[in-house]
Amino acid sequence: MVVLVVVGLYTDRLEPLREKLAQAVTPFYQITDVPSRVNDWRKDTFVSHADLKLENEALKTELLIHQRKLQQLASLAAENVRLRQLLNASQMLQDTVLIAELIGVSPNPLSHKVIINRGSKDGAFKGQPVLDAFGLMGQVIEVGETSSTVLLISDSTHAIPVQVNRNGVRAIAEGTGDLNSLSLRHVSANTDIRAGDLLVSSGLGERFPTGYPVAEVLQVVRDPGKAFLTVIAQPMARLDRSRHLLLVFENRDRASVPGALSVPAAEAASPTTSAAASSVSGGR
Amino acid sequence: MLSPQLNLYFIVALSFLVALVLSVYPLPMDMRWWRPEFVLVVAIYWIFFMPLTVSFTLLCALGLFQDLLEGVPFGQHSLGLVIVAYICILSYQRVRNFSIWRQSGWIFVLVGIAQLTDNWVQGMAGRPLSGVQFLYPALTSALLWPACYWWLNGMTHRYHH
Repeated sequence: MVVLVVVGLYTDRLEPLREKLAQAVTPFYQITDVPSRVNDWRKDTFVSHADLKLENEALKTELLIHQRKLQQLASLAAENVRLRQLLNASQMLQDTVLIAELIGVSPNPLSHKVIINRGSKDGAFKGQPVLDAFGLMGQVIEVGETSSTVLLISDSTHAIPVQVNRNGVRAIAEGTGDLNSLSLRHVSANTDIRAGDLLVSSGLGERFPTGYPVAEVLQVVRDPGKAFLTVIAQPMARLDRSRHLLLVFENRDRASVPGALSVPAAEAASPTTSAAASSVSGGR
Repeated sequence: MLSPQLNLYFIVALSFLVALVLSVYPLPMDMRWWRPEFVLVVAIYWIFFMPLTVSFTLLCALGLFQDLLEGVPFGQHSLGLVIVAYICILSYQRVRNFSIWRQSGWIFVLVGIAQLTDNWVQGMAGRPLSGVQFLYPALTSALLWPACYWWLNGMTHRYHH
């Protein structure tokens, strides 16, 4: 047993086995997901006409507000492209996304992982970035056929390269094992960073795409006795609440994944958004 | 009607299946420390009261499956299960005569030992733990014991004899 633990931890010989067996655990998560499905169904089915009308109106208002923002977005995106051409910079690629649903949470209290209902069949791959509606959530670390495991950015073994949106200062945001805080590593004492700064992904690790909001700086402690600042940031994504997540395909990934073609056209087309463009202008 | 022996195996399999499902039932992130070690408690029950039904090999396999299910390093749960099973085998004749709450106290110790090995493995995997949080599952498992005893005892008496 001890040998097994050591081999599993310090070599990756057991990885193929784990990948093969990953499919066996999916039914368990599907079973435990039944109560929340029933709850969703109940909410959808037993709802009064008046409530629906109210919700409909609220949604219409919201849509109007978003559409107004979108009008500006088109011109801003165009302007961005022109400016980039002036600078001879490469064009921002627009990412496509696939909606995934959360079906389980890792039962191990020391790790922050969730299980989603998309797998290799839908084109999900190891290392794929995962978003929710508010920011970056994490990355896919294990892929089964119809489900995969996502490591959240708050896990204590996770780190992500970020930059301050205000001035482009680069840093590495590490998970702390606490859902509501990330810490920035090795930020020198004279760095221009303050509470309230938005941290966006810098794309330097070539794993996460550029420009998605990651966290907001909560607190910066300057201790003269220490070589580096202590910077605590709060993740933008609702790590413990979001049920609908977005799997990001950068365009080159999507083309190279054979399984992606099997995604039904309607499903692939509807969730596709110009997320990259919106994060450029929406970056405050 | 199945034979009593087959019935027993069926009950054992069912109880472990239920325990496995409960062990991955989604809880809020902050509540996860309080989840009892369902599989371990059920395994302890069978070793205490039917010492010859569950083999160590089966427990190893069960532990490995639980590792797979929970996405923790292979061997973490089997290690705990096997160590605790060994202590149970040595002590079941005494523990059977304890009152139910005294058995609960014993469960607290056993699950605590398993939690200790769990956290050694987690520590080696780069997720060190500070504080006594790792004893919360032992506490909830001890509180769960009477319910587990009542359920499994009822099942065995109804369908096995």
